Amino acid sequence: MLASLLIVFREILEAGLIVGIVLAATEGVRRRGLWVAGGVAGGVLGAALVAGFAGALSNALEGVGQEAFTVGILSLAVLMLGWHTIWMARHGREMAAEMSAAGAAVKGGRKSLLAMAIVVAIAVLREGSEVVLFLYGIAVSTQEGPLPLLAGGVIGLLLGSLLSYLLYRGLVIIPMRHLFSVTNTLVALLAAGMAGQAADLLARIEVIPTWGDQLWDSSAFLSEGSLVGRALHALIGYSDRPSGVQVAAYLVTLVLLISLSRYIGRPNATQRGRKAGGQPATQAR
Amino acid sequence: MRFILALSAALLVSGSAFADDVIHLSIKDHKYEPARLEVPAGVKFKLLVKNEDPTPEEFESFELKREKVVPPGQEIPVFLGPLDPGEYKFFGDFHQDTAQGVMVAK
Repeated sequence: MLASLLIVFREILEAGLIVGIVLAATEGVRRRGLWVAGGVAGGVLGAALVAGFAGALSNALEGVGQEAFTVGILSLAVLMLGWHTIWMARHGREMAAEMSAAGAAVKGGRKSLLAMAIVVAIAVLREGSEVVLFLYGIAVSTQEGPLPLLAGGVIGLLLGSLLSYLLYRGLVIIPMRHLFSVTNTLVALLAAGMAGQAADLLARIEVIPTWGDQLWDSSAFLSEGSLVGRALHALIGYSDRPSGVQVAAYLVTLVLLISLSRYIGRPNATQRGRKAGGQPATQAR
Repeated sequence: MRFILALSAALLVSGSAFADDVIHLSIKDHKYEPARLEVPAGVKFKLLVKNEDPTPEEFESFELKREKVVPPGQEIPVFLGPLDPGEYKFFGDFHQDTAQGVMVAK
């Protein structure tokens, strides 16, 4: 029971942290609940499909199909997060300024919501397929006692959701003025972490060089396998033994996203800057 | 989609770069066989993990930085090395109480 509790809890938490960030980042955008829920539903469906075709996936592309698939969806998530960052740089200030004004940038908001729904779907799909495989294993091997294991899974699901919800609540008590600068940073870190993982996976299957198999080993200090390590891995891409190319992809993505949002969000979009009132432009981002 | 095509092309081209050394590892009754696996140090090799159980397993190792699903009845490749001499623990993520092993690079 403890094993299933831990596995389900861990996977739910990893996906849940991402959903929490997305929810906080889209705070105030109309109908975001629907989009995020759609993303979760799509992710669950995808997870079941991926689990069902795990065999075919593993054997695809000379046995590296699993890695190639993960790299593909991670890259898609990074693109979507990048899109959102740029969109927020354009509209974040006016959203913060006229929160209550209905329909603030609704059209653009929908595009950004679609991007974020895809990110949510991908996060749920990735972590969810492991849960599905694990639960399938329980269902097949009945001698292990499916009931306590399933009970553990349900408790893990609840605990993981609760912790993710707390993160979300913790984020949204930040005043609206600062919320978007916090979530924008979180989104950039999230994207950087995913880009790093994708690069590391490509290096593992020898598509790109590793640039150093292991740049450092901080596992004694904070193991990636520990709960905190797992959470940080999901949130900001923490790795206790990163490869060189992983760190490089991480930094490039981070710098690119931050400088893009700075560049696009510069206050020379004049009328927006004025609408925001006496608020210094740099703070609103 | 174009990205995936480019990736598969890259994979096909780089396929020849994979090492020829093949090491076998199997999973039976949620245990690794052999649980203590000797591998060559300092060279690249391909670990073939075969799952003889009717349930899925995930070959995972923090020390080797690998995590890969092994569907029931299937064999999957894991590309490893060059490793420094030493011991590297691995486990089955879905049955951690029994599926434990250690890789010894010499």
